[in-house]
Formats: sequence, C-alpha cells, structure tokens
Amino acid sequence: MPNPDPVLSDIIQRFGADRGRLLDIAEAIQQRFGHIGKSAVGSVAEALGMHAVEVEDMISFYAFLDRTPRGRCRVRLSRTPISLIKGAGAVAAAFEAALGISIGETTPDGDFTLEWTSDIGMADQEPAALVNRVVLTELTPADVPAIIAAVRAAGDDQPLAALPKANVRPSLVHSGPLLSGTIGRADGIEAALLMSPDEVIAQIAASRVRGRGGAGFPTGVKWRLTRKATGSEHFIVCNADEGEPGTFKDRVLLSAFFDVVCDGMTVAGYALGARQGLLYVRGEYSYLWDSLQQALETRRALGLLGTGICGRPGFDFDIRIQLGAGAYICGEESALLESLEGKRGAPRDRPPFPTERGYLGKPTAIDNVETLVCAARIMAKGATWFTAFGTAESTGTKMMSLSGDCARPGVYEVPFGITVNDLLELAGAPEAAYVQVSGPSGQAVAPKDFGRRIAYEDLSTGGSTMIFGPQRDVVDIALEFAEFFVAESCGWCTPCRVGTTLLKQGMEKIVAGNATLSDIQATEKLAGSVTRMSRCGLGQSAPNPILTTMRNFPQAYEARLRAEDFVPRVDLPAALADAIEVQGRAPTAGEI
Amino acid sequence: MAATDIHFTIDGVGVTAAAGQSVIQACDAAGIYIPRLCHHPDLAPAGNCRVCTCVINGRNGAACVTPAAAGMVIESATVQLTEDRRTIIEMLFVEGEHPCPYCVASGNCELQALGYRLGLVAPKLPYQWPKRPLDATHPDIYLDHDRCILCSRCIRASRMEDGKSVFGWSGRGIRMQLNIDADGGLGKTQMAAIDKAAHVCPVACIVIKRDSYKVPNGDRTYDQAPIGAEIEARKKETLPS
Repeated sequence: MPNPDPVLSDIIQRFGADRGRLLDIAEAIQQRFGHIGKSAVGSVAEALGMHAVEVEDMISFYAFLDRTPRGRCRVRLSRTPISLIKGAGAVAAAFEAALGISIGETTPDGDFTLEWTSDIGMADQEPAALVNRVVLTELTPADVPAIIAAVRAAGDDQPLAALPKANVRPSLVHSGPLLSGTIGRADGIEAALLMSPDEVIAQIAASRVRGRGGAGFPTGVKWRLTRKATGSEHFIVCNADEGEPGTFKDRVLLSAFFDVVCDGMTVAGYALGARQGLLYVRGEYSYLWDSLQQALETRRALGLLGTGICGRPGFDFDIRIQLGAGAYICGEESALLESLEGKRGAPRDRPPFPTERGYLGKPTAIDNVETLVCAARIMAKGATWFTAFGTAESTGTKMMSLSGDCARPGVYEVPFGITVNDLLELAGAPEAAYVQVSGPSGQAVAPKDFGRRIAYEDLSTGGSTMIFGPQRDVVDIALEFAEFFVAESCGWCTPCRVGTTLLKQGMEKIVAGNATLSDIQATEKLAGSVTRMSRCGLGQSAPNPILTTMRNFPQAYEARLRAEDFVPRVDLPAALADAIEVQGRAPTAGEI
Repeated sequence: MAATDIHFTIDGVGVTAAAGQSVIQACDAAGIYIPRLCHHPDLAPAGNCRVCTCVINGRNGAACVTPAAAGMVIESATVQLTEDRRTIIEMLFVEGEHPCPYCVASGNCELQALGYRLGLVAPKLPYQWPKRPLDATHPDIYLDHDRCILCSRCIRASRMEDGKSVFGWSGRGIRMQLNIDADGGLGKTQMAAIDKAAHVCPVACIVIKRDSYKVPNGDRTYDQAPIGAEIEARKKETLPS
C-alpha cells in the first residue's frame, strides 16, 4: 500500500483511527474530496485495521457518501407528496433545463449533480433543496438561474451560504406551556441536582411522559431500566434523526431551544449515571452543525457540561454530536446505535434491548429530542404541572408539524387530546380531504375520522401531519410513500427489501389504471405479509400508507379499477415494438 | 434435566431448552422443524431471511435470533405463518434468478427445497431480472450473483470461521448486493475452496468448480427427503421404544 495522502491521514488521526468513528471519518473524507474512492477506502481500512470490504459495507449504505466522484455541487431536491404539490416537479424541470442534464446526472464540467432526495425536514417551506450542506427553501423555477450562477461564481473553496433562498424559516407558529415563558439554560439540571438520581426518575415517571417519537414508551420506565442495568458505563442518546416525511419539529428544537435539549440530556445523564451523551443529528440538518457546536462550547464555558457540572463534584457529563449521512432507517433506535458505532444502519434484533445493551454494548437510553425537552421542563416545573395538560394516558403537550394544503403550515405545540379537526382549524385547512397522520409510517385519515384525537390511545404520532385538499389524488400520494420506503429500506431482511419494491410495483399498476380487483387484493395480501414478517418498524409500517388508504379511501382505488378479470403486466404492443420494426411487419394472429 | 433448563411450548408441544439456546436451536434439538433459510447451525444467527418467524407470546419474531425463555408460547405451523413464509420464498425467487431445471444446485438447494416444502408452485410476483455479473476469476470457485439470496451465511462464515472477511454487503435496500474484499474479483481475495464460506451457500451462488454433477440429479439431498426431515428424524429417535 503506498503512503496515504497526508490529508487523509490527518482526517483518520483526528478521529483517533477509531473504527467506531468510521462514519465521522467517511463524512470528513466525503466533504474534503467529494467522494471516498478506492484508494481512500484502502487507506482507511489499513489505518483502522479493517478489511476494505468492511469499509465499503458502511460507506455504500449511506445516501450522502459516494464511492465515485460526483459534481462539486450536489443539488438534492426534496421529493415528498408535499414538495410535489408545492411545485418541486417544475423546479426540478428548471434545473434539468438550465443544466442540460436529467435527475441523477452530473454536468460535463463536473460542477453539478442533480438528484432527488427523501424529505429534508422542510415540509412547511417546500419546494426545498440541499445544495451541499446549504438548505434552500420555497424554490420556484424562476430562482434556478440565479442559484446556478451563484454556485458557479463561488468557486471551489467558498461557502455557498449566500445562495438565493438559503433561508430556513423558524417554523414555530404556536407555542404552549412547554416552550413558553423564560427558560433558563440549566433550569432542569439545577432542579434535578436537588434530588437523588432515583428521585429524578421517580419525577419523570410521575409525569407519565411517554416517548415523543411516536412509539410512546414511558420515559420513566426506560430510564429506570437503563439505570438498573449493569455496565461499566451508561449512555444517553438523543435521537435527532428526524426523518419521518412531514416532520420538522426537532429542527425547531435544535434551532431555537437547543439549550433546553442539552439541559434534558444533562438531566438524563445525572439520572442514568451517564458520563456521555450522544446527539445523533440527521445529515440533512448539517447546516446547524456550527451553531450546535458553538452552543456546546458555551455550555462548557458556563460549567454546564464537562466536569463538576453546576459545581457538583463528581458530576461529569459531556455531549458529542454525531451527524448522520442520509438514511431514514437510522431514526430506528437500534439502527441509530449501529450508525453511532460507525457501521451501516441495519437494525438489531431485540432482545437484548438498548436499555441493557445499547451503544458499545452498554446500557443506553435513547430518547426523542422533544422527550428530553419535556424532561428538562418537568424537572423545572414539576410532574403535576405536566400532568395538568393532555389526557389521562397521554400527558403533556405534543409538537405537531403541519404542512400541505393549509394556510399556516408550521410547528404547533398543542395539548394531547386535540382533534384532527382542531388541528386543521389551527393550520387553516377547512377543505382538507385527507390527512396523513404520523408520516408515511402512520395512517391515512379520512374526513369521517377528523373527530379523532391526537393521543397515544387514539392517533399516536411523532407529529408529522400532512394535509391534502380535495384536488389531490390519494392513490398518487400512496405511491409516493411506497417509493419512499423502497429508497429507505435497509435491505437486511427479505420481506422489507423485496416487499417494498413489489408493493411499489403493485401501486404503479393501480395508478396506471391497469389493475383489476384481483391485483388490488394481491397487493393488499402482500402488504399483510410485509407487515407481519419484517424485522423492524420500517418494514412493519411500510405498507401502512397502502393499507390505510385502501381502507379509508376505497373510492379512490375503485376509480382506477379495470373491469376485466385479468390485465397482464406485460404491455404486448410495447414488448413487440422492436421485433415489428426489425421484421417490418406486424405479427399475424397465429404468431401471438 | 438440569435446574437451569427452560420450558416452553411450540404449537402446544412442550420443549426443554438449555440456557443460552435460541428458540430454533431448542426446537431443532427436540426434533421440531421450523422452516428457515439464512440460519446455519455452525454460524451465529443474523435474522436476514425471516422465514423462521413465529408468533412468540403473541408477537412475531424470528426463532433464530430469539433466546428461548421460560414459559414462552410459540406458534409456528399455522396457516398464516406458512403462507407468509411461502411469500418470502416467492420474493426470493423473483428477486434473483432461480431457474431450477437447469441450476447446478437443483436437489441440494435450500431455497428450492423450501419452495416444495411450503407449497410454492410457481411465483406469481413479478420477476425483477437483476443485472448482476458472474465472477469466475477464482480458479476453484465461481460466484453467480444472480443466485444470491442475501442470506449473509458466507459473510458470517468468512469473518467468524475463516477469519478472512472475504465478503460483505454493498448498497442498501433492493440494490443491496454481496461484495467481495478485492477489486479484481474473487480470484484476488484470500478465498480458498476449503473455506467454510465456500460450503455454506444455500443456493448456487458460491459454487465449487468441477464438482457440480458428482452426484446426479435425482440422488441429491432433497431428492431423497424434504428439507427439515433430518431434524424431524430426531424426534423419532427420542420417542420411547
């Protein structure tokens, strides 16, 4: 092996040549060289004592890591049902026309690569795009020439921050008790330090706060299990890999309430006996990197992170930020742990649960960003304050991300128990005909169910709420969601890897108007198998948009139905076109 | 019977497991066959194929990666699970290319044998026709990626048994493929025909050259008895005489 590039060696050494930091190393190489080529893979493998195939195993998993050179500037357009109804198709066409390339291609001068990407957390300001690490929002085709000119003018080493439309709106429209009033940087931890760690956990349990990612596991139980589990170290992980299409509330918390997030993590650190917290932030939010690091530095300077926090000898705790690299599955907690350890984001089988064996095999509590904000506020204001909001089974408030066909998209903090109708009124969507609750992995809700409540005991949700007016086609949207799961399936298990593609193909036949009743039944049956047999929550919920739109919008499917008993997948005239051209004649009746 | 033994039931039949055994290991020892594909008795389980999924205490879980626990109530041979398992086998048939009539593995192939055992007549799901190149660079082994069912047996065997890590994954989702630890094909890796990794492939993806027809069709493993029969035979052995 020839001596590696000194820049490469420097990157590897910056992360201590630690294979557990392979994702960081790969991201740094990607950022510096634009891709991670064969020789870089070889150098990394050698320095980390790994096989090249193991390094490639990890790199090839993530959408934001490349093994071959791509354009200096990556334009990734967010593709979601919301972006499409807001005009992302026209923006994509404008880029294609102006650059003279199609989606997926690179310009001959190597300046631009144009791609679609999954939802980037900007559903309230679509069409949006990532240009390298810069987020552009509310794009129109008219913006495209100026963006291209600005990138070309910027040259190789200049930042792209000054691009037109490089502006992310704060998004918080309505704050409730959780986010209102003056919140000190350390209100939570100061209150927690007046109690023993067990008393802190008892307070969290008394608040009956449940996981805000949507699964709703009681946080107090999770913390107690983690604290009780034996291990030489304990960890608290904050899951900020907010990838569910249509959700963007964690972006609000990271942007505007990051001190409260850190406060919550520090409270958890104290309660669990953890000395390290890990914040896993999705790669799409890398534009926040500098401000987050700055905020951590400030907290260190104030004695709120580091050793002897708040003057308490022996209470040492710090936070490391791990940036993701474009993989929705990493929001699944065990896949997130794998990714944190520098591996491909394939989920783990449970048991053992992370509370017992999590990060590096040690007891780990993994909590949603919003859950940790709740924890900080519960410490400061008390469990009784918290239980005064919400319902008996769903205490507190929920941050809802509203987007789509509505007048006032954004994040709303509302008490649990609020109805879909109330949400639609807040957002200004009197004509809503279909609401997708909790993103594609959630469910399609029809107007007859708009009286249902947002709560763990009714419509459980991580907060994504996509609103569609009567002019939208439910079946088209279900196909978009099916494509999302094809792009984001990790591939580990058969039912999800193959099933998501087969379901997409089934939906394509329906959307094309070529499906018979038996096709629809076959798709429904397949969806059932994928739900029952998949390894993790991604595969188990991937059929949800299809199954719930079939159940709640049967008329949308009936409208596409073919009356025949059987319509073949093969389009015979198209399949024969080449042969007809070669032969110079159409086939005779006896030949087909 | 040791004090640490674990008792559970599967389809109403009592099974005794030793501490540390998975559900599938305990059932295998008891002569109860749970259909499976990626699991191999000599390798650590990975839970890739999900064929061995059972309803365990009311929830679906793969028997190969679920530790046996006291009092578990497991359902396996239900109509629903058999249908779901058959669907997984069908998915694998259409994901790659598996032309049984002229495949070298016919009769020894676990995918084919499971298709027979689970009642798969002919796939109705659409074929995906992947384009995956054949790798014949190794003097003793060829690698037919079209046949690969991504079971990870060779990856596990090469890493854990052979200590070579010749294999790994590349890509994700439907584009995931078996990858090897060299640029110029399998012939450039440390792979040897005596490696464990060369002998665990359930299909005809990793094939030893010049060896394929030593046993003629008709005389092969699953030509004699259905897959799982060797496990079920253990039950008869343990029956009281």
